Amino acid sequence: MKWNRKDLLGLREVSAAEIRHILKTAKPMKEILFRSVKKLPTLRGKSVVTLFFENSTRTRVSFEIAGKVLGADTSSVAVAQSSVAKGESLLDTAKTIQAMQPDVVIMRHSSSGAAEYLANLLKVSVINAGDGQQEHPTQALLDIFTMQERLGDVAGRKVVIVGDILHSRVARSNAYGLLKLGAEVTFVGPPTLLPPEMKALGVRVTHDLESALPGADAVMALRLQLERQQRGLLPTLREYSKLYGLNLKRLALTGKDTLVLHPGPMNRGVEIDSALADSTYSVIEEQVTNGVAVRMALIYLLAGGGNTNDVA
Amino acid sequence: MEGLVKSRLMDADDLRRVITRIAHEIVEKNQGTKDLVLIGIRRRGAPLAERLQQAIYQFEQVTVPLGVLDITLYRDDLSNINEQPVVRETNIPFDIEGKTVVLVDDVLFTGRTIRAALDAVIDLGRPQKIQLAVVVDRGHRELPIRADYVGKNIPTSLREIIAVCLREIDEEDGVILLERAE
Repeated sequence: MKWNRKDLLGLREVSAAEIRHILKTAKPMKEILFRSVKKLPTLRGKSVVTLFFENSTRTRVSFEIAGKVLGADTSSVAVAQSSVAKGESLLDTAKTIQAMQPDVVIMRHSSSGAAEYLANLLKVSVINAGDGQQEHPTQALLDIFTMQERLGDVAGRKVVIVGDILHSRVARSNAYGLLKLGAEVTFVGPPTLLPPEMKALGVRVTHDLESALPGADAVMALRLQLERQQRGLLPTLREYSKLYGLNLKRLALTGKDTLVLHPGPMNRGVEIDSALADSTYSVIEEQVTNGVAVRMALIYLLAGGGNTNDVA
Repeated sequence: MEGLVKSRLMDADDLRRVITRIAHEIVEKNQGTKDLVLIGIRRRGAPLAERLQQAIYQFEQVTVPLGVLDITLYRDDLSNINEQPVVRETNIPFDIEGKTVVLVDDVLFTGRTIRAALDAVIDLGRPQKIQLAVVVDRGHRELPIRADYVGKNIPTSLREIIAVCLREIDEEDGVILLERAE
C-alpha cells in the first residue's frame, strides 16, 4: 500500500489498511533492536525533534531511540522548562522549531487537539505523542502490535480496558484502532470515570469488571492518576483497587491465557497487583520494546520516502 | 510486468542448470562448505539462495546455513523515489563472524543493491569473505562491484528490462527480456 500522510495525529482518522501497514513495517524494525549494531543509515541527515509540553520520559526516550536507530539526529525540547515558562505561545514555539528545519516533530501536549493545530500550521511531519484526553496513537499501535504478536490477528478477539477511561487518550486510541481491525472492545470503570456516552465509540461499557472478564483475550489496566481521588472522583484508592484492580484471581475468570497489558508507569497494588504484573501473563515489558519498533516504523513512513513534505 | 516481452532468454531447464553449476562453483572455489553461508537478497535472491542450498546438499550432503536479507533500509535513493518501498524482514539466524558469505541475487545491474547489501551484512558482523552469485549480469555498473558467480552475461540497453521469474514468486521459472513501455 502507498503511504501518503504527512502526519499521524490519531487512529480515528486512519484506515484499517494504514494501521496494518504501520504494524507490518514495525515487524522488521523490531528485529533490528536485537542486533549488536543497532544503527541504520536509512534516515541519515534527517532531523527529528521531540517537543514535549508534558513530562513523559519513557515516551520521549522511546521516540528518541527509534529515531537514532534509523540514523536520524534527534533533539528534545522539554518545553515545560523552557520558553513556555517565559510566556511564549504554542504557535510561536512551533514556528521557532520549524525554522530549525526538522523533518519530523513529535509532540506531547496537555490540550486535546494541540497536535492537529500544529500539523495544520507546519510543513513538517507531526506525530502526536499524546494530546490531552484525545489520542495517543503510538501507544495504541504498540498495544495492538503486542496483541497481534501473541494472539495473531486481533479480529474477533475480546479486549477489556479497565480504569480511568474518561481521562484516557490511550483507551480512546485503542478503541479506534482495535475496532477498525475487527476486535471487540469493552470499557470498564467506575461511573465517575466512565460516562455512558463512551458507547458512541462502538465499544461495550460496563461498571462491573468481573462480569466483563470471561472470554477476554487481552486485558489492559490503565494508570490511575492519583490526583483523581483528590478531585472527588474516587472514594479511596483502596476501594478502587478492590473493585477495579487486576490480580491473578480475577484474571482466572477469563478462562484463557489472557494477555495483561499496561501502558506504564504502573501503580502496583492500585490498578494492577504486583504478582500479576510480574507473572507470565504480563506483556508489559514487551510493550516497551514494541513501542520502539512501532515508532521506528512511523518515523520511517513519515520521513523515509519520497517527497513527504509535498503531500500536505 | 511493465514492458513488452522481446524474447525468452532462459527456460526452466536452463535456470536449473545454471543454479546447479553455480552451486558447484561455490563449493569448488571455497574448497568445500566449511564456514560457508548463503544469504539471499529479497525478493528473488531469497528463493534462489534456497535452491542453491538444496543443490549443494545434493552433492555434498551438507545443509549450508541460509539467511534472507532485506536491503530497503540501506538504499541510497530513499529520498528520491516517490513510492516508498515496503520494508520486509531480514532473517539471518546465525552468526556471520568469520564466515564466507555468498550473497545471492537475481540480476546484477547498477551495483547499488549489492552496495546496500554489503553495508547491511557488515552491520551484522565481520565475515571473513563476501562473495556474490547472480543469475544474470546485465552490465551498466555505476559502482566498482562484480560478481564471483554469474549464470549468464547478457549485454542490454538501458531501455530493456531483464526479468528473472521464479515459481515461488512468479508463475514459472525462466528469464525474459522486456522492452520498457514508453
